[in-house]
Amino acid sequence: MDFFFQLPWWLIVTSLAKTIFLIFLVVLPMVSYTVYAERRVSALIQDRLGPNRTGFPLTLLGFKKDFSPGLGGLGQPIADAVKFLLKEDFVPGHVNKLYFWLAPCLAMMPAIVTLAAIPFGSYLFGEKMVVADINVGLLFMFAISSVGVYGIVLAGWSSNSKYPFLGGIRSTSQMISYELAMGLSAVPVLLICGSTGLGAITDYQVREGWLLVPFTDGGLSLREVLLWIPLVLAFITFSISMFAETNRLPFDLPESETELVAGYHTEYSSMKFALFFLGEYTAMIAGSALIVVLFLGGWHLPLIPNGANQGGLEFLHAIPAWIWGIVNITVFFAKVAVLLFIFIWVRWTLPRFRFDQLMKLGWLYLFEIALVNIFLTAGILAFTK
Amino acid sequence: MAPVLFYFFAIMTLVFAVAVVANRNPVASALSLVVSFLGLAALFVGLDAYFIAVIQVLVYAGAVMVLFLFIIMLLDLRAEERRRVNIFAFVGGGLVAVAFVAQIWMVLQRFEAGKTAFLPLPAERIDDVRNVGRILFSTHNLPFQVIGVLILVATIGVVVLSKRELK
Repeated sequence: MDFFFQLPWWLIVTSLAKTIFLIFLVVLPMVSYTVYAERRVSALIQDRLGPNRTGFPLTLLGFKKDFSPGLGGLGQPIADAVKFLLKEDFVPGHVNKLYFWLAPCLAMMPAIVTLAAIPFGSYLFGEKMVVADINVGLLFMFAISSVGVYGIVLAGWSSNSKYPFLGGIRSTSQMISYELAMGLSAVPVLLICGSTGLGAITDYQVREGWLLVPFTDGGLSLREVLLWIPLVLAFITFSISMFAETNRLPFDLPESETELVAGYHTEYSSMKFALFFLGEYTAMIAGSALIVVLFLGGWHLPLIPNGANQGGLEFLHAIPAWIWGIVNITVFFAKVAVLLFIFIWVRWTLPRFRFDQLMKLGWLYLFEIALVNIFLTAGILAFTK
Repeated sequence: MAPVLFYFFAIMTLVFAVAVVANRNPVASALSLVVSFLGLAALFVGLDAYFIAVIQVLVYAGAVMVLFLFIIMLLDLRAEERRRVNIFAFVGGGLVAVAFVAQIWMVLQRFEAGKTAFLPLPAERIDDVRNVGRILFSTHNLPFQVIGVLILVATIGVVVLSKRELK
């Protein structure tokens, strides 16, 4: 027991508080409402209505009517979750039991763990709004998300049937190929910011302007204009790789319904299936958050001070700092939400690629563009000062 | 790092390393190796070597072992589970392992520098990405480039060999 009292209690308490806030109060609700948004936006794009009836079930508490505000259907995620939890958890007889159970957990966990390194706000009551501010944040996210492949591979393999297996195989080769393009297209950002820590990358953008929108710090220098070219390229290749990495359409070959029934999770039902779903959407949120941190300035919004009342407009410093801390967090997740909307928009607009086209795109185009981009950035950095 | 965490991850690494050898199912072996690597990465974190830990996960657990698992699944190795234990190989391998551990033990007994505790590093020196990069591109520049050429040769070799197979 002795070591227990030597641990820095405050650190543990704040880390736990931040983890619980991030996962249970922000990301998981965000996941369920992304699913809802996915259904409503797809309906909008296809000229349907989508789920617009389910309200919050106040009748359970004795009220006369259910509460159904604004858009309608906002209670749908709750209904979905209840359905997943109450459905029969059926395990087919031909599966490899242990790995069949393990796979959904392995699909879900890495996606959540990656969130630890993301700086989702500046300061709140003097606390840095990041669970683990490590100096290898970006690499950490790549490393942990690459472990996420195991869930899908094992799901495909342990199901012991053809379509899941094909889905698992496709997913593995897809994720391995696109990890390279993704990692390389993030290198220009690291070259410019001079750090692999996500906190340091955000700080750089607060000082010098967002990387994709370099004029947010007030002016444009020749260097910033020149660096804009490789950064826009990096942003495009990174985003495309992120679509492939999270198995989203137009790259959702591992679970393409028309060919593979439902791919690797064909044999899964109820909450196990829901865990794959949660894992996929959490990975999407983590991916969008990474794009926000790398290219869109993280929690920073021009003219708004940070949570310690530094920077921004002078007269805004009169308002207590914690309000700005909350504003920063809101700004961050608003940016993430916009990117999530783009994810959904793309899904319901573009047709699916063929598998060989997907591999060709990854290896012959994105990989090369990302590689050339690194040299371009390094050249610009070396010759302009 | 608290000693309890060290022992936890050290035991995890060792137990799963044994499981790699002891398991008859190749997929189980491969997964045990992944867990063993993760334990090793945690030990690196305990030494403040975040970069090495992350690279350990990224390269070994995230890429190499995924490829291993991929191949094992594609080959569908059932023969391994039916194979009987060869007593002589078992005893021989055990002896080699014991001899190896004994050697390490003897070397460590004489390693004087290991007996004193390492002084805590000042925080500004732990930017290990920068430190590793500095050393790689200055002190060990030549070996680094030689390895680069070696990997290039190996890559070209792989391409040539796999092209020949296709015809």
